[in-house]
Amino acid sequence: MNTDDPAITLAQAFPDDPGQLSRLHTRLAAAAQQDGVLDVAYRVIDSPVGPLLLATTDQGLIRVAFALEDHDAVLQTLADRISPRILSAPGRLDTAARELDEYFAGRRHAFDLPLDWRLSAGFRRTVLSHLPEIGYGQIASYSTVAGLAGSPKAVRAVGTACATNPLPVVVPCHRVVRADGSMGGYRGGPDAKRTLLTLEEAAA
Amino acid sequence: MTGKPPFERVVSAHGSTVLRVCRAVLGPTDADDAWSETFLSALKAYPDLPADANVEAWLVTIAHRKAIDVTRAAARRAIPVAEAPDSPSASLAGRDPAAADGRDPAAAAEAGLVADDDLADAITRLPAKQKQAVAYHYLAGLPYADVAAILGGSTEAARRAAADGIARLRRSYPGAAGRAPRRVPDRAPHRAPRATPTTASKGEPR
Repeated sequence: MNTDDPAITLAQAFPDDPGQLSRLHTRLAAAAQQDGVLDVAYRVIDSPVGPLLLATTDQGLIRVAFALEDHDAVLQTLADRISPRILSAPGRLDTAARELDEYFAGRRHAFDLPLDWRLSAGFRRTVLSHLPEIGYGQIASYSTVAGLAGSPKAVRAVGTACATNPLPVVVPCHRVVRADGSMGGYRGGPDAKRTLLTLEEAAA
Repeated sequence: MTGKPPFERVVSAHGSTVLRVCRAVLGPTDADDAWSETFLSALKAYPDLPADANVEAWLVTIAHRKAIDVTRAAARRAIPVAEAPDSPSASLAGRDPAAADGRDPAAAAEAGLVADDDLADAITRLPAKQKQAVAYHYLAGLPYADVAAILGGSTEAARRAAADGIARLRRSYPGAAGRAPRRVPDRAPHRAPRATPTTASKGEPR
């Protein structure tokens, strides 16, 4: 004890050990999972369209988010709308991460992951549920999708549904383009949409 | 509407502080268990925590209870011995038993028997109330009113327990971690804790 401020000296007696904290975090996530109190698990994977946040609940994948959306803001929304019991738990998302890796490598054309649709409701959810009908490497116009969803006139609502898709990439809203063939908007930005369409065109 | 942050943020913001508190109160062996129990228990209760709650004080309160549980569990496992429960680990480290049970730490320090970097160990060997008050106030940064709420008793009693703990540590560890111990006069243990802070730190790099 040599300084005037015991707090500094005492803190120095217990230096941070990032490795230990990391091990404890892993142990916590596993225990929380086992006790059924980890309501949302997430991890971030690298991809050709930038870092992707993947979040899952017991029901299935609930959110895929681009860096453009601000991952911290997305996690806060999950805390507000689903549960604040959220931890980084990469192991819970191994299957999703593997399927996405295969997709970005051009080796996977469809996902068979359980999905949690709680972040989408009503007509938007109806629209999104029809998107997998647009095959890999294909595109469809907003009005075509409106027809698929049973409301041929609801073109603008289809645009909104795609713009608020909580599960981009996995639920292929990137395959929906404008009637004139231009791309239209995308949650991950126009470059990400172009990258995905180019990838699918090449690997189809 | 923005509510409570994801629990992950709680772990990243307070994980290292809570670990420091657990290490101070329990020592390195049991700290991991107490930390894990604390955060698992906190995660379970998190949705019901009031939005304006002081999260750090809440976590330290849980850690305090978990540390007591861990200590009791360890005591149940232990074979009863005549010695104080904190002495075996110190004896294992091969130190002078007099230094190990804290009977005359200053003399032990003067004799060069105790390394300065054992400050962490010395905190763990303080009497329970003192080390808890020291850990919760100085390591977790809680005001004495919060420390008192955790320990029971008055704010003044919490302040006194922390001061007594610091005084005891100052007697045992006049030198800083990693530096050669200062030569302490025989009667150093009776020195007022804040009597020589300037000389104690003079010429020593931070």
